[in-house]
Amino acid sequence: MLDIKNLHGGIDGKEILRGVNLHVNPGEVHAIMGPNGSGKSTLANVLAGRPGYQVTAGSVTYEGKDLLAMKPEDRAREGIFLAMQYPVEIPGVNNIYFLKAALNAVRKQQGLEELDAMEFLQLAREKMKLVDLDESFMNRGVNEGFSGGEKKRNEIFQMAVLDPKLAILDETDSGLDIDALKIVANGVNTLASERHSVVVITHYQRLLTFLVPDFVHVLVDGRIEKSGGKELALELEQKGYEWIEQEVAAAR
Amino acid sequence: MFVNGRFAPDMCTNSEHPTMRVMPIAEAMKGENFERHFSRYADYAEHSMTALNTALMQDGAYVEIAPGSHVQGFIHLLFIGGGHDEPIMAHPRNLIVVGRNSQITVAETFVGSGTYFTNAVTEIVAGEGAVVDHYKFECESTDAFHVGTVQIHQERSSTVTARSIAIGGALVRNEVNAALAGEGAGLTLDGLFVVSGSQHVDNHTIIDHVKPHCDSLELYKGILDESSRGIFDGTIIVRPDAQKTNSRQVNRNLLLSESAIIDSKPTLEILNDDVKCSHGSTIGQLDEEALFYLRARGIGEAQARSLLISAFASEIVDRMKVEPVREQIRRAIFRQMPGRLPDRRETP
Ligand SMILES: Nc1ncnc2c1ncn2[C@@H]1O[C@H](COP(=O)(O)OP(=O)(O)OP(=O)(O)O)[C@@H](O)[C@H]1O
Ligand SMILES: [Mg+2]
Repeated sequence: MLDIKNLHGGIDGKEILRGVNLHVNPGEVHAIMGPNGSGKSTLANVLAGRPGYQVTAGSVTYEGKDLLAMKPEDRAREGIFLAMQYPVEIPGVNNIYFLKAALNAVRKQQGLEELDAMEFLQLAREKMKLVDLDESFMNRGVNEGFSGGEKKRNEIFQMAVLDPKLAILDETDSGLDIDALKIVANGVNTLASERHSVVVITHYQRLLTFLVPDFVHVLVDGRIEKSGGKELALELEQKGYEWIEQEVAAAR
Repeated sequence: MFVNGRFAPDMCTNSEHPTMRVMPIAEAMKGENFERHFSRYADYAEHSMTALNTALMQDGAYVEIAPGSHVQGFIHLLFIGGGHDEPIMAHPRNLIVVGRNSQITVAETFVGSGTYFTNAVTEIVAGEGAVVDHYKFECESTDAFHVGTVQIHQERSSTVTARSIAIGGALVRNEVNAALAGEGAGLTLDGLFVVSGSQHVDNHTIIDHVKPHCDSLELYKGILDESSRGIFDGTIIVRPDAQKTNSRQVNRNLLLSESAIIDSKPTLEILNDDVKCSHGSTIGQLDEEALFYLRARGIGEAQARSLLISAFASEIVDRMKVEPVREQIRRAIFRQMPGRLPDRRETP
Protein backbone atom coordinates (compact mmCIF):
# COMPACT_ATOMS: atom_id res chain seq x y z
CA MET A 1 0.00 0.00 0.00
CA LEU A 2 2.94 2.33 0.66
CA ASP A 3 6.05 2.19 -1.44
CA ILE A 4 8.93 4.56 -0.70
CA LYS A 5 11.73 4.41 -3.24
CA ASN A 6 15.11 6.10 -2.90
CA LEU A 7 13.61 9.10 -1.14
CA HIS A 8 15.86 12.13 -0.80
CA GLY A 9 14.74 15.33 0.81
CA GLY A 10 14.89 17.67 3.75
CA ILE A 11 14.10 21.09 5.04
CA ASP A 12 15.42 24.56 4.25
CA GLY A 13 17.66 23.13 1.55
CA LYS A 14 19.36 20.81 4.04
CA GLU A 15 19.36 17.18 2.88
CA ILE A 16 18.20 14.94 5.71
CA LEU A 17 16.73 11.90 3.96
CA ARG A 18 19.40 10.33 1.78
CA GLY A 19 17.75 7.48 -0.05
CA VAL A 20 15.02 5.88 2.05
CA ASN A 21 13.43 2.65 0.81
CA LEU A 22 10.44 1.20 2.62
CA HIS A 23 7.59 -1.03 1.56
CA VAL A 24 4.48 -1.42 3.72
CA ASN A 25 1.76 -3.95 2.91
CA PRO A 26 -1.81 -3.82 4.21
CA GLY A 27 -2.06 -5.10 7.77
CA GLU A 28 1.63 -4.77 8.60
CA VAL A 29 3.12 -3.01 11.61
CA HIS A 30 6.53 -1.44 10.98
CA ALA A 31 8.70 0.13 13.63
CA ILE A 32 11.28 2.76 12.73
CA MET A 33 14.01 3.37 15.26
CA GLY A 34 17.16 5.42 15.12
CA PRO A 35 19.32 7.99 16.86
CA ASN A 36 18.14 11.57 17.49
CA GLY A 37 18.32 13.67 14.38
CA SER A 38 18.54 10.71 12.01
CA GLY A 39 15.49 11.92 10.07
CA LYS A 40 12.56 9.92 11.48
CA SER A 41 10.26 12.91 11.95
CA THR A 42 11.41 14.32 8.63
CA LEU A 43 10.26 11.12 6.94
CA ALA A 44 6.91 11.24 8.75
CA ASN A 45 6.43 14.91 7.84
CA VAL A 46 7.30 14.33 4.20
CA LEU A 47 4.72 11.53 4.09
CA ALA A 48 2.07 13.77 5.63
CA GLY A 49 2.92 16.69 3.33
CA ARG A 50 4.02 19.27 5.87
CA PRO A 51 4.85 22.55 4.08
CA GLY A 52 8.50 23.51 4.12
CA TYR A 53 9.87 20.05 3.41
CA GLN A 54 11.35 19.39 -0.02
CA VAL A 55 11.74 16.12 -1.85
CA THR A 56 14.76 16.21 -4.16
CA ALA A 57 14.69 12.66 -5.53
CA GLY A 58 12.82 9.39 -5.29
CA SER A 59 9.14 8.56 -5.15
CA VAL A 60 6.36 7.62 -2.75
CA THR A 61 3.44 5.60 -4.05
CA TYR A 62 0.36 5.13 -1.90
CA GLU A 63 -2.34 2.77 -3.14
CA GLY A 64 -0.98 3.21 -6.64
CA LYS A 65 -1.07 7.02 -6.49
CA ASP A 66 1.77 9.53 -6.39
CA LEU A 67 1.53 10.56 -2.75
CA LEU A 68 3.95 13.45 -3.05
CA ALA A 69 1.67 15.22 -5.54
CA MET A 70 -1.23 15.27 -3.08
CA LYS A 71 -2.18 18.07 -0.68
CA PRO A 72 -1.97 17.24 3.04
CA GLU A 73 -5.78 17.24 3.38
CA ASP A 74 -6.13 14.87 0.44
CA ARG A 75 -3.62 12.47 1.96
CA ALA A 76 -5.67 12.47 5.16
CA ARG A 77 -8.88 11.97 3.21
CA GLU A 78 -7.29 9.00 1.45
CA GLY A 79 -6.61 7.39 4.80
CA ILE A 80 -3.19 8.55 6.01
CA PHE A 81 -2.92 9.70 9.60
CA LEU A 82 0.14 11.20 11.26
CA ALA A 83 0.17 11.26 15.05
CA MET A 84 2.55 14.12 15.59
CA GLN A 85 5.57 14.18 17.83
CA TYR A 86 4.62 17.65 19.05
CA PRO A 87 0.87 18.23 18.63
CA VAL A 88 0.13 21.95 18.35
CA GLU A 89 -2.31 23.80 20.61
CA ILE A 90 -5.07 25.63 18.76
CA PRO A 91 -7.01 27.82 21.21
CA GLY A 92 -10.43 28.86 20.02
CA VAL A 93 -10.95 25.87 17.72
CA ASN A 94 -13.23 23.48 19.53
CA ASN A 95 -11.82 19.96 19.74
CA ILE A 96 -15.06 18.19 18.97
CA TYR A 97 -16.14 20.59 16.24
CA PHE A 98 -12.76 20.22 14.59
CA LEU A 99 -12.84 16.45 14.69
CA LYS A 100 -16.36 16.24 13.32
CA ALA A 101 -15.35 18.47 10.40
CA ALA A 102 -12.30 16.27 9.82
CA LEU A 103 -14.23 13.01 9.96
CA ASN A 104 -16.90 14.27 7.61
CA ALA A 105 -14.28 15.48 5.14
CA VAL A 106 -12.73 12.00 5.20
CA ARG A 107 -16.10 10.25 4.91
CA LYS A 108 -17.17 12.45 2.03
CA GLN A 109 -14.02 11.56 0.11
CA GLN A 110 -14.68 7.88 0.72
CA GLY A 111 -18.24 8.15 -0.53
CA LEU A 112 -19.75 7.65 2.91
CA GLU A 113 -22.58 9.67 4.30
CA GLU A 114 -21.63 12.51 6.68
CA LEU A 115 -22.45 11.93 10.32
CA ASP A 116 -24.82 14.31 12.07
CA ALA A 117 -24.06 15.74 15.49
CA MET A 118 -25.75 12.94 17.40
CA GLU A 119 -24.13 10.12 15.46
CA PHE A 120 -20.77 11.78 15.75
CA LEU A 121 -21.06 12.26 19.51
CA GLN A 122 -21.93 8.64 19.97
CA LEU A 123 -18.88 7.55 18.01
CA ALA A 124 -16.64 10.07 19.80
CA ARG A 125 -17.80 8.89 23.23
CA GLU A 126 -17.04 5.30 22.37
CA LYS A 127 -13.53 6.13 21.15
CA MET A 128 -12.85 8.41 24.09
CA LYS A 129 -13.37 5.47 26.41
CA LEU A 130 -10.81 3.55 24.40
CA VAL A 131 -8.09 6.09 25.21
CA ASP A 132 -9.45 6.97 28.64
CA LEU A 133 -9.93 10.66 27.89
CA ASP A 134 -12.50 12.54 29.91
CA GLU A 135 -15.38 14.01 27.94
CA SER A 136 -14.60 17.48 29.27
CA PHE A 137 -11.60 17.54 26.94
CA MET A 138 -13.89 17.56 23.96
CA ASN A 139 -15.19 21.03 24.56
CA ARG A 140 -11.82 22.64 24.99
CA GLY A 141 -9.72 24.13 22.25
CA VAL A 142 -7.68 21.61 20.26
CA ASN A 143 -4.93 20.44 22.65
CA GLU A 144 -5.37 23.67 24.59
CA GLY A 145 -3.80 23.33 28.00
CA PHE A 146 -3.45 19.56 27.59
CA SER A 147 -0.54 17.88 29.36
CA GLY A 148 2.01 16.05 27.23
CA GLY A 149 0.35 12.70 27.86
CA GLU A 150 -3.12 14.10 27.16
CA LYS A 151 -1.94 15.45 23.84
CA LYS A 152 -0.61 12.04 22.88
CA ARG A 153 -3.85 10.35 23.91
CA ASN A 154 -5.77 12.97 21.94
CA GLU A 155 -3.76 12.00 18.86
CA ILE A 156 -4.72 8.37 19.35
CA PHE A 157 -8.33 9.37 19.99
CA GLN A 158 -8.39 11.27 16.70
CA MET A 159 -6.82 8.32 14.98
CA ALA A 160 -9.46 5.99 16.38
CA VAL A 161 -12.25 8.28 15.17
CA LEU A 162 -10.79 8.84 11.70
CA ASP A 163 -10.02 5.13 11.23
CA PRO A 164 -7.09 5.58 8.82
CA LYS A 165 -5.72 2.92 6.49
CA LEU A 166 -2.17 3.93 7.29
CA ALA A 167 -1.28 5.39 10.68
CA ILE A 168 2.16 6.90 11.24
CA LEU A 169 2.94 7.45 14.91
CA ASP A 170 5.85 9.76 15.61
CA GLU A 171 7.08 9.04 19.13
CA THR A 172 3.58 8.81 20.47
CA ASP A 173 5.06 6.82 23.37
CA SER A 174 7.60 9.42 24.46
CA GLY A 175 6.97 10.85 27.88
CA LEU A 176 4.16 8.44 28.71
CA ASP A 177 3.95 6.40 31.89
CA ILE A 178 3.33 2.70 31.59
CA ASP A 179 -0.45 2.96 31.97
CA ALA A 180 -0.72 5.62 29.29
CA LEU A 181 1.58 3.55 27.14
CA LYS A 182 -0.73 0.56 27.38
CA ILE A 183 -3.68 2.77 26.49
CA VAL A 184 -1.90 4.04 23.39
CA ALA A 185 -0.82 0.54 22.38
CA ASN A 186 -4.32 -0.74 22.92
CA GLY A 187 -5.72 2.04 20.75
CA VAL A 188 -3.31 1.19 17.97
CA ASN A 189 -3.88 -2.55 18.29
CA THR A 190 -7.60 -1.99 17.95
CA LEU A 191 -6.92 -0.24 14.66
CA ALA A 192 -4.24 -2.59 13.37
CA SER A 193 -5.84 -5.36 11.39
CA GLU A 194 -5.75 -6.95 7.99
CA ARG A 195 -6.63 -3.69 6.28
CA HIS A 196 -4.88 -1.20 8.48
CA SER A 197 -1.16 -0.62 8.53
CA VAL A 198 0.91 1.15 11.14
CA VAL A 199 4.31 2.76 11.02
CA VAL A 200 5.49 3.49 14.52
CA ILE A 201 8.51 5.69 15.17
CA THR A 202 9.98 5.10 18.61
CA HIS A 203 13.15 5.14 20.65
CA TYR A 204 12.03 2.48 23.07
CA GLN A 205 11.47 -1.22 23.03
CA ARG A 206 8.85 -0.95 25.77
CA LEU A 207 6.06 0.21 23.42
CA LEU A 208 6.88 -2.69 21.13
CA THR A 209 6.12 -5.26 23.81
CA PHE A 210 2.50 -4.10 23.69
CA LEU A 211 2.43 -3.21 20.02
CA VAL A 212 4.30 -6.01 18.34
CA PRO A 213 5.89 -5.02 15.01
CA ASP A 214 6.24 -7.29 12.00
CA PHE A 215 9.37 -5.40 10.94
CA VAL A 216 11.87 -3.16 12.66
CA HIS A 217 13.98 -0.69 10.67
CA VAL A 218 16.89 1.40 11.81
CA LEU A 219 17.23 4.85 10.28
CA VAL A 220 20.74 6.23 10.52
CA ASP A 221 21.74 9.51 8.95
CA GLY A 222 18.81 9.59 6.54
CA ARG A 223 18.93 6.00 5.37
CA ILE A 224 17.46 2.71 6.53
CA GLU A 225 20.64 0.83 7.33
CA LYS A 226 19.20 -2.27 8.92
CA SER A 227 15.90 -4.12 8.95
CA GLY A 228 14.75 -7.16 10.86
CA GLY A 229 12.00 -8.70 12.94
CA LYS A 230 10.84 -7.72 16.39
CA GLU A 231 14.01 -9.14 17.98
CA LEU A 232 16.01 -6.33 16.35
CA ALA A 233 14.30 -3.87 18.68
CA LEU A 234 15.47 -5.87 21.69
CA GLU A 235 18.99 -5.97 20.37
CA LEU A 236 18.96 -2.20 19.84
CA GLU A 237 17.67 -1.68 23.35
CA GLN A 238 20.68 -3.58 24.73
CA LYS A 239 23.42 -2.44 22.39
CA GLY A 240 22.34 1.01 21.23
CA TYR A 241 22.90 2.25 17.68
CA GLU A 242 26.68 2.54 17.59
CA TRP A 243 27.33 -0.94 16.25
CA ILE A 244 25.07 -0.21 13.29
CA GLU A 245 26.81 3.08 12.66
CA GLN A 246 30.14 1.20 12.76
CA GLU A 247 28.87 -1.46 10.36
CA VAL A 248 27.81 1.28 7.98
CA ALA A 249 31.20 2.97 8.21
CA ALA A 250 33.00 -0.34 7.66
CA ALA A 251 30.93 -1.15 4.59
CA ARG A 252 32.03 2.08 2.89
CA MET B 1 -34.70 53.21 13.87
CA PHE B 2 -33.07 56.16 12.19
CA VAL B 3 -32.77 56.68 8.46
CA ASN B 4 -29.96 59.03 7.47
CA GLY B 5 -29.97 60.55 10.91
CA ARG B 6 -33.73 61.07 11.16
CA PHE B 7 -36.09 59.17 13.37
CA ALA B 8 -38.36 56.80 11.45
CA PRO B 9 -41.30 56.30 13.80
CA ASP B 10 -43.26 54.00 11.51
CA MET B 11 -40.50 51.46 11.56
CA CYS B 12 -40.06 51.05 15.28
CA THR B 13 -41.37 48.66 17.81
CA ASN B 14 -41.34 50.08 21.25
CA SER B 15 -42.05 48.01 24.28
CA GLU B 16 -43.18 50.27 27.08
CA HIS B 17 -41.28 50.01 30.30
CA PRO B 18 -42.30 51.95 33.40
CA THR B 19 -38.77 52.91 34.45
CA MET B 20 -37.35 53.54 31.04
CA ARG B 21 -37.73 56.40 28.61
CA VAL B 22 -36.66 55.81 25.02
CA MET B 23 -37.42 58.61 22.63
CA PRO B 24 -36.02 60.58 19.73
CA ILE B 25 -33.49 63.00 21.14
CA ALA B 26 -35.25 65.89 19.44
CA GLU B 27 -38.22 65.28 21.70
CA ALA B 28 -36.13 64.84 24.83
CA MET B 29 -34.52 68.24 24.65
CA LYS B 30 -36.90 69.83 27.10
CA GLY B 31 -36.30 67.35 29.94
CA GLU B 32 -34.16 68.20 32.95
CA ASN B 33 -31.75 65.27 32.75
CA PHE B 34 -31.14 66.07 29.14
CA GLU B 35 -29.81 69.52 29.96
CA ARG B 36 -27.72 68.11 32.75
CA HIS B 37 -25.96 65.55 30.58
CA PHE B 38 -26.23 66.43 26.91
CA SER B 39 -22.89 67.32 25.41
CA ARG B 40 -21.21 67.44 28.78
CA TYR B 41 -18.85 64.56 28.00
CA ALA B 42 -18.13 64.43 24.30
CA ASP B 43 -15.41 66.95 23.72
CA TYR B 44 -16.65 69.22 20.97
CA ALA B 45 -14.14 71.96 21.63
CA GLU B 46 -11.20 69.68 20.84
CA HIS B 47 -12.84 67.47 18.32
CA SER B 48 -14.10 68.89 15.04
CA MET B 49 -16.27 65.94 14.07
CA THR B 50 -18.00 65.96 17.45
CA ALA B 51 -18.51 69.72 17.11
CA LEU B 52 -19.98 69.17 13.68
CA ASN B 53 -22.26 66.51 15.08
CA THR B 54 -23.34 68.79 17.91
CA ALA B 55 -24.06 71.61 15.49
CA LEU B 56 -25.77 69.60 12.79
CA MET B 57 -27.40 66.72 14.63
CA GLN B 58 -30.86 66.05 13.34
CA ASP B 59 -31.87 63.25 15.61
CA GLY B 60 -30.84 60.20 17.56
CA ALA B 61 -31.97 58.28 20.58
CA TYR B 62 -32.41 59.41 24.10
CA VAL B 63 -32.49 56.56 26.58
CA GLU B 64 -33.02 57.18 30.25
CA ILE B 65 -33.29 54.53 32.92
CA ALA B 66 -34.64 55.48 36.31
CA PRO B 67 -32.57 54.55 39.36
CA GLY B 68 -32.78 51.03 40.68
CA SER B 69 -34.24 49.32 37.65
CA HIS B 70 -33.04 46.39 35.68
CA VAL B 71 -34.16 46.49 32.07
CA GLN B 72 -34.52 43.00 30.68
CA GLY B 73 -33.55 42.29 27.10
CA PHE B 74 -31.78 45.00 25.15
CA ILE B 75 -32.47 48.21 23.32
CA HIS B 76 -31.52 48.09 19.68
CA LEU B 77 -30.81 51.32 17.83
CA LEU B 78 -30.56 50.84 14.10
CA PHE B 79 -29.05 53.49 11.85
CA ILE B 80 -29.53 53.14 8.13
CA GLY B 81 -27.53 55.32 5.79
CA GLY B 82 -27.48 56.07 2.08
CA GLY B 83 -30.09 54.88 -0.35
CA HIS B 84 -30.04 58.20 -2.23
CA ASP B 85 -28.53 59.09 -5.58
CA GLU B 86 -26.73 62.01 -3.98
CA PRO B 87 -24.21 61.26 -1.24
CA ILE B 88 -25.78 62.20 2.05
CA MET B 89 -24.33 63.06 5.44
CA ALA B 90 -25.98 62.08 8.71
CA HIS B 91 -25.15 63.11 12.27
CA PRO B 92 -26.97 60.79 14.64
CA ARG B 93 -26.58 61.77 18.27
CA ASN B 94 -27.47 59.55 21.18
CA LEU B 95 -27.56 60.06 24.91
CA ILE B 96 -27.92 57.15 27.29
CA VAL B 97 -28.43 58.08 30.93
CA VAL B 98 -28.42 55.15 33.32
CA GLY B 99 -29.57 55.94 36.84
CA ARG B 100 -28.10 54.71 40.10
CA ASN B 101 -27.94 50.94 40.47
CA SER B 102 -29.69 50.35 37.19
CA GLN B 103 -28.77 47.87 34.53
CA ILE B 104 -29.19 48.06 30.77
CA THR B 105 -27.91 46.73 27.46
CA VAL B 106 -27.91 48.89 24.36
CA ALA B 107 -26.84 47.82 20.88
CA GLU B 108 -26.22 50.24 18.04
CA THR B 109 -26.03 48.89 14.51
CA PHE B 110 -24.96 50.95 11.51
CA VAL B 111 -25.83 49.66 8.06
CA GLY B 112 -26.57 51.18 4.67
CA SER B 113 -26.16 51.10 0.94
CA GLY B 114 -24.21 53.22 -1.53
CA THR B 115 -22.02 56.19 -0.74
CA TYR B 116 -22.81 58.26 2.34
CA PHE B 117 -21.21 59.69 5.44
CA THR B 118 -22.17 58.87 9.00
CA ASN B 119 -20.87 60.99 11.84
CA ALA B 120 -22.25 59.50 15.01
CA VAL B 121 -21.81 60.50 18.64
CA THR B 122 -23.11 58.55 21.60
CA GLU B 123 -22.74 59.71 25.17
CA ILE B 124 -23.23 57.20 27.94
CA VAL B 125 -23.62 58.26 31.56
CA ALA B 126 -23.38 55.42 34.05
CA GLY B 127 -24.65 56.55 37.42
CA GLU B 128 -23.40 55.23 40.72
CA GLY B 129 -23.47 51.43 40.76
CA ALA B 130 -24.98 51.23 37.27
CA VAL B 131 -24.20 48.31 34.96
CA VAL B 132 -24.09 49.08 31.25
CA ASP B 133 -23.36 46.77 28.35
CA HIS B 134 -22.98 48.69 25.09
CA TYR B 135 -22.48 47.24 21.60
CA LYS B 136 -21.55 49.26 18.60
CA PHE B 137 -21.68 47.23 15.41
CA GLU B 138 -20.42 49.17 12.41
CA CYS B 139 -21.47 47.34 9.27
CA GLU B 140 -21.76 50.25 6.83
CA SER B 141 -21.76 49.75 3.06
CA THR B 142 -18.39 49.24 1.38
CA ASP B 143 -18.55 52.74 -0.10
CA ALA B 144 -19.52 54.53 3.11
CA PHE B 145 -17.57 56.76 5.45
CA HIS B 146 -18.11 56.42 9.14
CA VAL B 147 -16.81 58.56 11.97
CA GLY B 148 -18.06 57.74 15.40
CA THR B 149 -17.41 58.54 19.01
CA VAL B 150 -18.68 56.69 22.03
CA GLN B 151 -18.10 58.84 25.09
CA ILE B 152 -18.52 57.19 28.47
CA HIS B 153 -18.78 58.86 31.83
CA GLN B 154 -18.68 56.57 34.84
CA GLU B 155 -19.63 57.38 38.39
CA ARG B 156 -18.74 55.56 41.56
CA SER B 157 -18.79 51.73 41.41
CA SER B 158 -20.37 51.65 37.98
CA THR B 159 -19.49 48.87 35.55
CA VAL B 160 -19.41 49.49 31.83
CA THR B 161 -18.59 47.15 28.97
CA ALA B 162 -18.28 48.84 25.61
CA ARG B 163 -17.78 46.70 22.55
CA SER B 164 -16.83 48.14 19.21
CA ILE B 165 -17.12 45.86 16.21
CA ALA B 166 -16.15 47.27 12.83
CA ILE B 167 -16.44 45.32 9.62
CA GLY B 168 -17.97 47.69 7.07
CA GLY B 169 -17.22 51.03 5.46
CA ALA B 170 -14.50 52.28 3.14
CA LEU B 171 -13.03 54.68 5.66
CA VAL B 172 -13.88 54.34 9.30
CA ARG B 173 -12.77 56.07 12.45
CA ASN B 174 -14.09 54.77 15.72
CA GLU B 175 -13.39 56.48 18.98
CA VAL B 176 -14.26 55.15 22.37
CA ASN B 177 -13.39 57.37 25.29
CA ALA B 178 -14.14 56.71 28.91
CA ALA B 179 -13.68 58.70 32.07
CA LEU B 180 -13.58 56.68 35.26
CA ALA B 181 -14.77 59.58 37.33
CA GLY B 182 -15.93 57.78 40.46
CA GLU B 183 -14.09 55.51 42.87
CA GLY B 184 -14.25 51.78 42.27
CA ALA B 185 -15.59 51.96 38.72
CA GLY B 186 -14.84 49.13 36.28
CA LEU B 187 -14.52 49.36 32.52
CA THR B 188 -14.09 46.75 29.82
CA LEU B 189 -13.36 47.89 26.27
CA ASP B 190 -13.58 45.17 23.67
CA GLY B 191 -12.84 45.84 20.04
CA LEU B 192 -12.81 43.75 16.90
CA PHE B 193 -12.24 44.93 13.37
CA VAL B 194 -12.31 42.69 10.34
CA VAL B 195 -11.35 44.38 7.09
CA SER B 196 -10.33 43.50 3.57
CA GLY B 197 -10.09 45.08 0.11
CA SER B 198 -8.98 48.69 0.51
CA GLN B 199 -10.86 49.32 3.75
CA HIS B 200 -9.29 51.58 6.33
CA VAL B 201 -10.32 51.45 9.98
CA ASP B 202 -8.97 53.65 12.76
CA ASN B 203 -9.59 52.77 16.36
CA HIS B 204 -8.85 55.41 18.93
CA THR B 205 -9.48 54.91 22.60
CA ILE B 206 -8.75 56.99 25.65
CA ILE B 207 -9.32 55.60 29.10
CA ASP B 208 -9.03 58.32 31.69
CA HIS B 209 -8.54 57.10 35.26
CA VAL B 210 -9.60 60.10 37.28
CA LYS B 211 -10.42 58.51 40.63
CA PRO B 212 -8.76 55.79 42.73
CA HIS B 213 -9.52 52.07 42.80
CA CYS B 214 -10.79 51.78 39.26
CA ASP B 215 -10.14 48.85 36.93
CA SER B 216 -9.96 48.95 33.17
CA LEU B 217 -9.40 46.07 30.81
CA GLU B 218 -9.02 46.71 27.11
CA LEU B 219 -8.68 44.13 24.36
CA TYR B 220 -8.76 45.13 20.70
CA LYS B 221 -8.27 42.58 17.96
CA GLY B 222 -7.80 43.24 14.27
CA ILE B 223 -8.06 40.90 11.31
CA LEU B 224 -6.76 42.44 8.10
CA ASP B 225 -6.81 40.94 4.66
CA GLU B 226 -5.81 42.09 1.16
CA SER B 227 -4.72 45.76 1.08
CA SER B 228 -6.70 46.88 4.07
CA ARG B 229 -5.28 49.11 6.72
CA GLY B 230 -5.95 49.47 10.39
CA ILE B 231 -4.86 51.66 13.26
CA PHE B 232 -5.06 50.99 16.94
CA ASP B 233 -4.25 54.05 18.96
CA GLY B 234 -5.07 53.50 22.61
CA THR B 235 -4.17 55.78 25.47
CA ILE B 236 -4.54 55.14 29.15
CA ILE B 237 -4.23 58.14 31.41
CA VAL B 238 -3.85 57.69 35.14
CA ARG B 239 -4.37 61.00 36.94
CA PRO B 240 -2.40 61.99 40.04
CA ASP B 241 -5.40 61.22 42.27
CA ALA B 242 -6.11 57.81 40.77
CA GLN B 243 -4.19 55.59 43.20
CA LYS B 244 -4.62 51.83 43.10
CA THR B 245 -5.52 51.91 39.44
CA ASN B 246 -5.51 48.54 37.78
CA SER B 247 -5.31 48.73 34.02
CA ARG B 248 -4.48 46.36 31.21
CA GLN B 249 -4.46 47.12 27.52
CA VAL B 250 -3.85 44.59 24.79
CA ASN B 251 -4.01 44.90 21.02
CA ARG B 252 -3.60 41.79 18.87
CA ASN B 253 -3.61 41.73 15.10
CA LEU B 254 -3.80 39.04 12.51
CA LEU B 255 -2.49 39.92 9.06
CA LEU B 256 -3.80 37.63 6.34
CA SER B 257 -1.97 39.19 3.43
CA GLU B 258 1.39 40.74 2.79
CA SER B 259 -0.11 44.03 1.71
CA ALA B 260 -2.32 44.57 4.75
CA ILE B 261 -0.96 47.16 7.18
CA ILE B 262 -1.59 47.71 10.86
CA ASP B 263 -0.25 50.52 13.04
CA SER B 264 -0.49 49.73 16.71
CA LYS B 265 0.17 52.50 19.19
CA PRO B 266 -0.59 51.65 22.79
CA THR B 267 0.25 54.52 25.13
CA LEU B 268 0.36 54.84 28.90
CA GLU B 269 0.43 58.21 30.64
CA ILE B 270 0.86 57.48 34.29
CA LEU B 271 0.96 60.40 36.68
CA ASN B 272 0.89 58.35 39.85
CA ASP B 273 3.14 55.59 41.14
CA ASP B 274 0.66 53.49 43.07
CA VAL B 275 -0.80 51.70 40.04
CA LYS B 276 -0.73 48.39 38.23
CA CYS B 277 -0.72 48.99 34.50
CA SER B 278 0.37 46.94 31.55
CA HIS B 279 0.03 47.15 27.84
CA GLY B 280 1.13 45.20 24.84
CA SER B 281 0.52 44.63 21.20
CA THR B 282 1.19 41.82 18.79
CA ILE B 283 1.07 41.44 15.03
CA GLY B 284 1.07 37.96 13.57
CA GLN B 285 0.07 35.77 10.68
CA LEU B 286 -2.02 32.63 10.75
CA ASP B 287 -0.15 29.94 12.63
CA GLU B 288 1.31 27.66 9.94
CA GLU B 289 1.71 24.80 12.40
CA ALA B 290 -1.96 24.97 13.34
CA LEU B 291 -2.95 25.23 9.69
CA PHE B 292 -0.99 22.09 8.86
CA TYR B 293 -2.41 20.24 11.85
CA LEU B 294 -5.97 20.88 10.69
CA ARG B 295 -5.18 19.97 7.09
CA ALA B 296 -3.36 16.81 8.16
CA ARG B 297 -6.67 15.68 9.62
CA GLY B 298 -8.50 16.15 6.33
CA ILE B 299 -9.84 19.68 6.68
CA GLY B 300 -9.47 21.66 3.45
CA GLU B 301 -7.18 24.67 3.41
CA ALA B 302 -9.95 27.26 3.05
CA GLN B 303 -11.94 25.82 5.91
CA ALA B 304 -8.82 25.44 8.05
CA ARG B 305 -8.02 29.11 7.50
CA SER B 306 -11.50 30.25 8.38
CA LEU B 307 -11.49 28.07 11.50
CA LEU B 308 -8.31 29.77 12.66
CA ILE B 309 -9.56 33.23 11.77
CA SER B 310 -12.78 32.75 13.67
CA ALA B 311 -10.83 31.26 16.56
CA PHE B 312 -8.88 34.51 16.70
CA ALA B 313 -12.10 36.52 16.72
CA SER B 314 -13.88 34.21 19.12
CA GLU B 315 -12.19 35.63 22.19
CA ILE B 316 -14.16 38.84 21.63
CA VAL B 317 -17.28 37.34 20.06
CA ASP B 318 -17.83 34.55 22.58
CA ARG B 319 -18.10 36.88 25.51
CA MET B 320 -20.87 38.97 24.02
CA LYS B 321 -23.76 38.30 26.30
CA VAL B 322 -26.68 39.14 24.02
CA GLU B 323 -27.20 36.09 21.88
CA PRO B 324 -29.00 37.59 18.85
CA VAL B 325 -26.38 40.32 18.57
CA ARG B 326 -23.54 37.86 19.08
CA GLU B 327 -24.80 35.47 16.42
CA GLN B 328 -25.49 38.26 13.95
CA ILE B 329 -21.95 39.52 14.41
CA ARG B 330 -20.49 36.03 14.14
CA ARG B 331 -22.22 35.45 10.82
CA ALA B 332 -21.25 38.86 9.53
CA ILE B 333 -17.61 38.20 10.32
CA PHE B 334 -17.73 34.95 8.40
CA ARG B 335 -19.19 36.70 5.39
CA GLN B 336 -16.49 39.35 5.60
CA MET B 337 -13.67 37.06 4.52
CA PRO B 338 -14.30 36.37 0.85
CA GLY B 339 -12.18 33.62 -0.62
CA ARG B 340 -11.16 32.48 2.84
CA LEU B 341 -14.42 30.77 3.55
CA PRO B 342 -15.70 27.27 3.12
CA ASP B 343 -19.14 26.96 1.62
CA ARG B 344 -21.82 28.33 3.95
CA ARG B 345 -22.98 24.93 5.05
CA GLU B 346 -19.69 24.31 6.79
CA THR B 347 -19.59 27.49 8.83
CA PRO B 348 -20.02 26.94 12.55
N1 LIG C 1 13.14 23.35 10.65
C1 LIG C 1 14.37 22.80 10.54
N2 LIG C 1 15.36 23.50 9.97
C2 LIG C 1 16.60 22.96 9.85
N3 LIG C 1 16.93 21.75 10.30
C3 LIG C 1 15.97 21.01 10.87
C4 LIG C 1 14.65 21.50 11.03
N4 LIG C 1 13.92 20.54 11.63
C5 LIG C 1 14.76 19.51 11.85
N5 LIG C 1 16.00 19.80 11.40
C6 LIG C 1 17.18 18.93 11.47
O1 LIG C 1 16.94 17.80 10.68
C7 LIG C 1 17.56 16.67 11.26
C8 LIG C 1 16.57 15.53 11.38
O2 LIG C 1 15.53 15.90 12.26
P1 LIG C 1 14.33 14.93 12.60
O3 LIG C 1 13.40 15.72 13.43
O4 LIG C 1 13.80 14.32 11.37
O5 LIG C 1 15.07 13.82 13.49
P2 LIG C 1 14.43 12.64 14.33
O6 LIG C 1 15.05 11.40 13.84
O7 LIG C 1 12.96 12.70 14.33
O8 LIG C 1 15.01 12.97 15.78
P3 LIG C 1 14.33 12.76 17.24
O9 LIG C 1 14.60 11.34 17.58
O10 LIG C 1 15.10 13.69 18.09
O11 LIG C 1 12.89 13.09 17.15
C9 LIG C 1 18.12 17.12 12.58
O12 LIG C 1 19.50 17.35 12.41
C10 LIG C 1 17.41 18.41 12.85
O13 LIG C 1 18.20 19.28 13.61
MG1 LIG D 1 11.51 13.08 15.72
